[in-house]
Parts: sequence; structure tokens; C-alpha cells
Amino acid sequence: MTEITVSAERLSHWFGQGETRKQALFDVSLALPRGSFTVLMGPSGSGKTTVLTLLGCLRAVQAGSVRLLGHELHGAPEPHLVALRRRLGFIFQMHNLHESLTAAQNVIMGLQVHPGVPDATARAAAAQVLGLVGLSDRIDYLPANLSGGQKQRVAVARALVGNPALVLADEPTAALDKDTAAGVVDLLKRMGAARGTTTLLVTHDNRILDRADRILTLEDGRIVKVEDRA
Amino acid sequence: MSRLLQRLFGRLPVGWLQLTHNRTRFFAALAGVAFANVLVFVQLGIMNSMSSAAVRPYAFFSADIMISAHDANTLSDGANVARQWLYQALADPEVAEGMGLYVTNVPWDRGMTDISLTTFGVDPFQPQFLTGTLGPDAGFLQLRDAALLDRLARGFNRADAAGISPATPLSFETERRTLTAWTTFAGGGGFGSDGYMFVSDQTFLRLFPARRAAAPDHILLRVTPGADVAAVVTRLKATLSDPGLRIRSFADAKAEDLRYQQTRRPTGVVFGFGVLIGVLVGLVIVYQVLSSDVADHLREYATFKAMGYRPSFFLGVVFEEALVLGVLGFIPGMIFGGGILTLMGKVTTLPLRMTPDMALSVFLGTVLFSALSGAIATRRLAAADPADLF
Ligand SMILES: Nc1ncnc2c1ncn2[C@@H]1O[C@H](COP(=O)(O)OP(=O)(O)O)[C@@H](O)[C@H]1O
Ligand SMILES: [Mg+2]
Repeated sequence: MTEITVSAERLSHWFGQGETRKQALFDVSLALPRGSFTVLMGPSGSGKTTVLTLLGCLRAVQAGSVRLLGHELHGAPEPHLVALRRRLGFIFQMHNLHESLTAAQNVIMGLQVHPGVPDATARAAAAQVLGLVGLSDRIDYLPANLSGGQKQRVAVARALVGNPALVLADEPTAALDKDTAAGVVDLLKRMGAARGTTTLLVTHDNRILDRADRILTLEDGRIVKVEDRA
Repeated sequence: MSRLLQRLFGRLPVGWLQLTHNRTRFFAALAGVAFANVLVFVQLGIMNSMSSAAVRPYAFFSADIMISAHDANTLSDGANVARQWLYQALADPEVAEGMGLYVTNVPWDRGMTDISLTTFGVDPFQPQFLTGTLGPDAGFLQLRDAALLDRLARGFNRADAAGISPATPLSFETERRTLTAWTTFAGGGGFGSDGYMFVSDQTFLRLFPARRAAAPDHILLRVTPGADVAAVVTRLKATLSDPGLRIRSFADAKAEDLRYQQTRRPTGVVFGFGVLIGVLVGLVIVYQVLSSDVADHLREYATFKAMGYRPSFFLGVVFEEALVLGVLGFIPGMIFGGGILTLMGKVTTLPLRMTPDMALSVFLGTVLFSALSGAIATRRLAAADPADLF
């Protein structure tokens, strides 16, 4: 039996209160095996981001169940969610790098969230991961001095440096040109495979689909299609 | 600095890096904190000097108890006291001796400027009521129209003052009489006058014919050796039961004068208020800088939240910034504040200077209030919701 990194069972979600209350997810169920690379597709407003934030402990589960790394998220207290988040890697549409920190320092922030990592170890790890994403010569650059693709690669390095069990990426290539986008996704796929990381990637980008093990399609808050590619 | 903070916090000094990233804003913030510090230093310096200037005249006298009119908050205000109370007080077995003290301000024409001297009329035959060189020199006051002059008086040329001696006395006009100064003593300018002068009670009454021997401004008493001053005061309050009198130990009179100067006099209140303004300016500047810094970095903070950083990390970053601003702003603030005080002290002869106590309390105050501003600024952190990042 394959190990499941994260699973959702009849997950529903509502936004707003009273009159304006609106259901965004309807009984979504899914399971991501360890080391898999899953793409979540669907039109804008279909609920992709909502799924991602629920699996990533960024929102409280309202109805249904999410099991992440063996922990039930429904009803879990906030400090518990914060602790679980440290075992995840997030990549956002915008790189969200800290403008005052160099590439290396931004990556170190991804590691320092784990207590007790010695300074020297953190530096070495940051340099190594930046090397893997091809930025060895940009280690001490501030984000302002990096191109869009380079910044997103630093963000990938930051998400991966702590060896996360699950990487959640929401349209990480939206702000990049075609070639750069393909490069970033290949990087994610390659590094995930090498480390046994489970990856869930939200995208509109058709060129990415052929890299997926599995494609989930969401429409109006429901999973309407599951395609296995592996 | 970055390394030092890294050591201190055991993590990347995010606050420091963030604060110094925008150089212009950083230096403006430091200048603001320094400015607030200068304000506080100058006001505190003036308040301190006001305090020491207010209590300076008490040091001229050696007395245990003072009887004044009920409205006499300082040595030089309030109504007169009837001399009969002196004789009644002397009836107490533990009151050893007493002296009437006359006080008024006397203008002294120094050519270009008129200066004003707080003039005490004392009994030259009771030098035990005077301290320092005043006691032995009181003998000169037995001479007709003799005076002892304050060599540190504001507007009194130091060389002229140094030239005064029993061999070379200085005669001068005041209140249309000629006084002769036989020697000098160390006083200094205050807020009420430019300095001090001592004359005999007889000379005082000749200078001011309207004043009566039967009504000095204060009555000074000395108790018998070993007597309990507080007990004598209590007894005198009972026997001299006139509601128009204020009977206090001399030490209490000095303390109450000080408190009066600091809390009731407009000047004291104004400068006290000035300190408050300085503190508020600092508070607002630091708060402004930190809260706009937090607001500018909400996205980054939300990202860190998503990554699993705890609330304590964000508080730490903001406090780190507050600490950096407080400490680095204090240094130029202290240098400028001290410089301004020294300069003002030179010009006014007021005892204006920065004491180590003052520097330390302003430093601690700066750090404390910076931290407080930081604490208020962190309320904005709640707006950093990682769920909004996607
Ligand atoms: N914070 C929010 N408040 C209210 N409604 C929201 C919020 N976030 C998303 N929604 C709504 O939920 C639905 C799903 O949104 P989202 O998950 O962002 O879709 P997607 O990422 O697929 O574009 C949309 O109708 C959207 O308007
Ligand atoms: Mg979305």
C-alpha cells in the first residue's frame, strides 16, 4: 500500500456569512501518494486555491476531513497547524521574497523556521540548494537585482531547503515567460523526485500537464475529472 | 552590527536588515529619535537646574525649623510673620535660638544691564545661622551699610568680583543708598533672580523703610542639641496656633519648595510638559516608522507565517527594530542634547548639565518607549493573513 501524504474526504468550504454565504467547495475527495506530482486544473474561481489553502493548513477546515502527514486538520488548534506548516513548502504565484534579504538569506528563512539549525549549517544548505536551482553565482544578490525567473527559482529553493514532505504551488509560473516557466516546473519535478517530495501544483498552463503523474480537474467546487498519467 | 544581532537573536537579524534596507527612511527615523532625545534632555536639564537653583538659597542657612506665612511657598514669596512668634517659640524648652530673616529682590545697576539680587537681611550677631564662609564673614555686616556679594551672580563680571576683599571693598548704589561689599561668597544665578546678597537686618530696614523690624519674612529656629525636630515642630504647631502660620522643619520647607517649583509653578509645569512632549514625539516617530514598516512588509510577513513562523518571531522582529532605533537614535541625541545643555549653561550660568543619571534614565526611557511603540505597531501584524497570499 502506498503511503498517503495528504488526503481530503468530502471536503466542503463556504465563504462569507448569512445572505452572502457562498459554497466554494462541494465534497472534494482526493489523496496524494508520497512522491507523486499532481496538477490541479480548472477555470478561474473553481476553487483550486481554496483546496490548496485547506490542505496547507492556511484555513480552518469547516466540513469534511483533511489528513496531513497522519494528522486530522479538522478542529486542529492553530499552534498545531503552525507546526505542521513547517513541514510543507509553499510556492506562490508571486515570488514573495523579502526585498531586504539576499537570495541566500531568503532561503535561510526557509530553514530557520526549524529550531536549532546552526548558522553555518543553514548557510551551507542555502548555498547548496541555490546551486541546485542554478543560482550559485547569485547567492548574495538582493531580489531587486534578480530577474523574474531567478526570483521564482529562489522561491523554489526556499520552499525546498527544509526538505518538506509536501510542496504546494499555486500558479508558480504565471508571472514567467514560457521557457522560464518550463524550467521552474522541471526543477520542481526533478527535485521532488530526488527527495521523495509530494507535489501539488495548481496551473492553467497546458505545457506543464505532460509532466504530471496525475491531473485533477476542478469545476464549480467539484472534482470533475481525474487523469492518471504515470 | 548584523553579525552582532545575529548572535544576539540566534537568527537572521531580519528587523535590522529590513530597517537598514531603506537608508533614507532609516536615517530619518534615527534623526527623529535623536531629536526627541534632545528635546527630553534639554527640558530635563532645565528642570534639574531649576530644582538645584530653587533649593540653592537653603544651603546658605543652618536652621532646624522655619516659621513662615501660610502662603510662603518659597523663601522669597508670602506674607510677613510677626516677630512675636519668635519670642513665643523661644519659650519652648527645646528651641535654643531664633533669628528673623528678611528677603527681597534688589535691582543692581551694572551699567549695560540691571541685575537683580535676592537680598537676605540677617542678624550679624548670630552667625551660627549661616553656613560656609558666610558665618565667619557675617562679622562684616556689623558695619553700617555693609554687604556680602554673590561672586557667581549672572551679569557680575568675574574679575570685578575677584577684586573684592576687605582691603579693596567695592561700593555700589542701590535703592538710593551706597552699600559696601567687603567680601564675596559663592551663590549663582537662578530663575527668580541673577544672584544673592547678604546684608544685616539693620541695613535691610534702612534700604526698605516700608519694612518693619517687627515683621520679618521668615523666622529661623535652631533646636537644642539632641532634640527631635519633628516633635518640636508638632509642639510649636500646638502652641503657636495661628492658622496664618506655616511651621515646618527647614528640610521640609526645602523639599516642599522643590515640589512647588516642579509641579505648581508655570515654568516647572511647562518644562515637565516639555519632557512629555519629547517622549510623545519619540513615541509617535518610532510608532510611525515601525507601523509603516510592518504595513510595507505584510506580504513578506504573511509568507513567513505560511512557512510556519510563530507569532513570537514577528514580535521579535518588531522589537528588534524598536531596539535598533532606540539605541542608535539615543547616541546622537545624547551628544547633541549634552552639547546644547553645556552651551545653555555657559550663557545662563544656570547649573545646566547632563548627569550620568539623566543619560541613563533617558536611555532606558528611550528603549522602553521604543519597545512600547513597537508593541503598538505589532497590532498591524494581524492583517498579514497567509491565506490571502495565493
Ligand atoms: N477570501 C474569500 N472570500 C470570499 N470568497 C472567496 C474568497 N476566496 C475565494 N472566494 C470564492 O471562492 C471561489 C473559489 O475561489 P478560488 O479558490 O480562489 O478559485 P481559483 O483559485 O480556482 O480561481 C470563488 O468563487 C471565489 O470568489
Ligand atoms: Mg487561484
